Amino acid sequence: MLRTRIRYGVTAAAVAGVLLAATACGGTTRGDDEGAGGGGAAGEADPDAEIPEGLSIGFLPKQLNNPYFTYANAGGEEAAEELGGEYKEVGPSEASASSQVSYVNTLSQQGSDVIVIGANDPNAVCGALNQASQAGAAIVTYDSDTDPECRDVFVNQATAEDIAAVQVEMIAEQIGGEGEIAFLSATPNATNQNTWLELMEEELAAEEYSGIEVVDTVYGNDDDQKSFNEMQALLQSHPDLAGVVSPTTVGLAAAARYLSGSDFKGEVALTGLGTPNQMREFVDDGTVEEFALWNPRDMAYLAAYAGASLSAGRITGAEGETFEAGRLGEYTVGADGEVVLGPPTVFNADNIDDYDF
Amino acid sequence: MAPDIGPSAAGAAVEGRAGRPGRSAWRSLLRTRETSVLGALAVSVLAASLLVEGFATGRNGGFLVLDIACVALIALPMTLIVITGEIDLSVASTLGLTSAVMGQLWWVGVPLETIVPLCLLLGAVLGVVNGLLVTVAGLPSLAVTIGTMALYRGLAYVVLGDRAVADFPMSWTGGATSRLPGTDLPWVALLVAGLAVVFGVVLHATPFGRALYAIGSNEEAARFSGIGVPAAKLGLFTASGAVAALAGVFWTLQYGSARADNAFGLELSVVAAVLLGGVSIFGGRGALVGVLGGVLLLGTVRNALQLADVSADALNIVTGLLLVVSVVLPNTAARLRERRRAAAPPQGPPAPPP
Repeated sequence: MLRTRIRYGVTAAAVAGVLLAATACGGTTRGDDEGAGGGGAAGEADPDAEIPEGLSIGFLPKQLNNPYFTYANAGGEEAAEELGGEYKEVGPSEASASSQVSYVNTLSQQGSDVIVIGANDPNAVCGALNQASQAGAAIVTYDSDTDPECRDVFVNQATAEDIAAVQVEMIAEQIGGEGEIAFLSATPNATNQNTWLELMEEELAAEEYSGIEVVDTVYGNDDDQKSFNEMQALLQSHPDLAGVVSPTTVGLAAAARYLSGSDFKGEVALTGLGTPNQMREFVDDGTVEEFALWNPRDMAYLAAYAGASLSAGRITGAEGETFEAGRLGEYTVGADGEVVLGPPTVFNADNIDDYDF
Repeated sequence: MAPDIGPSAAGAAVEGRAGRPGRSAWRSLLRTRETSVLGALAVSVLAASLLVEGFATGRNGGFLVLDIACVALIALPMTLIVITGEIDLSVASTLGLTSAVMGQLWWVGVPLETIVPLCLLLGAVLGVVNGLLVTVAGLPSLAVTIGTMALYRGLAYVVLGDRAVADFPMSWTGGATSRLPGTDLPWVALLVAGLAVVFGVVLHATPFGRALYAIGSNEEAARFSGIGVPAAKLGLFTASGAVAALAGVFWTLQYGSARADNAFGLELSVVAAVLLGGVSIFGGRGALVGVLGGVLLLGTVRNALQLADVSADALNIVTGLLLVVSVVLPNTAARLRERRRAAAPPQGPPAPPP
């Protein structure tokens, strides 16, 4: 009996397949262009508009209890206080693409004036954000952008050019302007890291860095142990290595751990992108002189000011508009509604204890 | 053809023999898990409407329905599967694989009108694989579907990697979440309701449905009484796969993003809702209306607490407690009743063991 049923099933499937093939001609395919929906800047900006008291500013990080965002959002709270607004942080307990949607809906339903979101997926939150926007909320993305159609302004923590430039400057200074260097990156196909590596190579091709030669690029796959081993291999295969740049926080911390316990400590310079909490002990023991990253607290602070300015109508998210962002000064909206926080912050023994993230 | 051994019916029959037919029928109805779930749902909706600002609006109702739509869909066949004493933990991975395949097919230029039926077919095939492993190979469904849960999710990553396909046409993505004309109710509510009626009728009003209870109560006895156990199970797993695929298509359009990790962990929400709805994990008891109540209850509590600014962590604690209480309370109640019955001299013939 089971067998006959299976046979029926297979026949039905085959028939369905044929029918499908027949209907395949015509229909909605990827090529069809429907024309992009609205979004973007609308209306006129009034730079002199007052920022009203009591704006409700909701922060929606990728995930709650993520130390990076907890630290960052303290900046959002600071800004909300300065603006006389109401700060609120909500978010999912897991950083999945769809989990933020119901929180966007919640904020919208609560009548938030500003929603600041670090998107887990550039598109999954779009529908909800558009609805919230129609209900009157100003939408600001920070840390991770959505599709530009779905928000008013994106607060970009740092441009790729700035990130590349600061790392080249640091390594050049630490090795005295000449010698062999190598890169310890994340995965071979990591988009961000590859962009930065490319820009760093371009930067190093300039006249002033002619004494510096890149001899190798290795990949630690953003895995602590693998990065540790790759650093070890790098130092053994290139005895004349003067410095290593690791543009990933995992790689930099693992490399520093290897270096601090090896004979190369103090001989080989190490820098890159890292967080102060991970790097503190290596700066304290002299393994690492300087490294860089953006300041997440300033990023959230700026996002709150951008949101308040949008909500007040001072800006609309169009290119060239300017707004005042408290202690950070004046900012200009760039192309595609992007506001760049500024060059990355450089951390060293003098300032590292001021940061906790 | 199947013996009628639904728990509430059996309970009512026993009490009826004890001499007070009308009242005890009411009492046994009040005592069922479904009634307590629906009661809890009514209480939470009422409390949330009175206490939580912004809850009792049509707009919020629409959000709520969209939030629970996929869980509600998948919970329908899951109810039938759990009633037969089996379980399907691969549903969320089936959803993810469907979503990934949908994204990939769209990427290479297949029209959506073709993709959707293909995806449903794929889901059914994935369900058949589960079903054959359970029936023909005779393996426990828990082991089989834990295996295919990993397998299907893995295949999803093979298909799409960690890319996301998100350039679906607005008419489809907007359409997925669009409201019925003149109301705040998303049309998907109709889809869920329609399928709920179908599964409800099959479960509660057909010989096939009664046979599922028999299988769940005592598979051996069911087989000897002439029920085609393997065919029934194969059918259920196939339906589960197909409905999970339907949820996958809807999920992809709802969020406008086809990803391999879509709905990761959703199977636990589904099973939680089914158990909260009064279906016994050991099979043989439960009703579809209870499960729908369970899905709505979890969705309402979550929605209301979010609106009341309860943090995500506290929310998980509340949901967890709700589930534990829903299992512990009826158990304790049953034990108390048994003790009372043991203390008092029996008035009629002894109740058959459950």
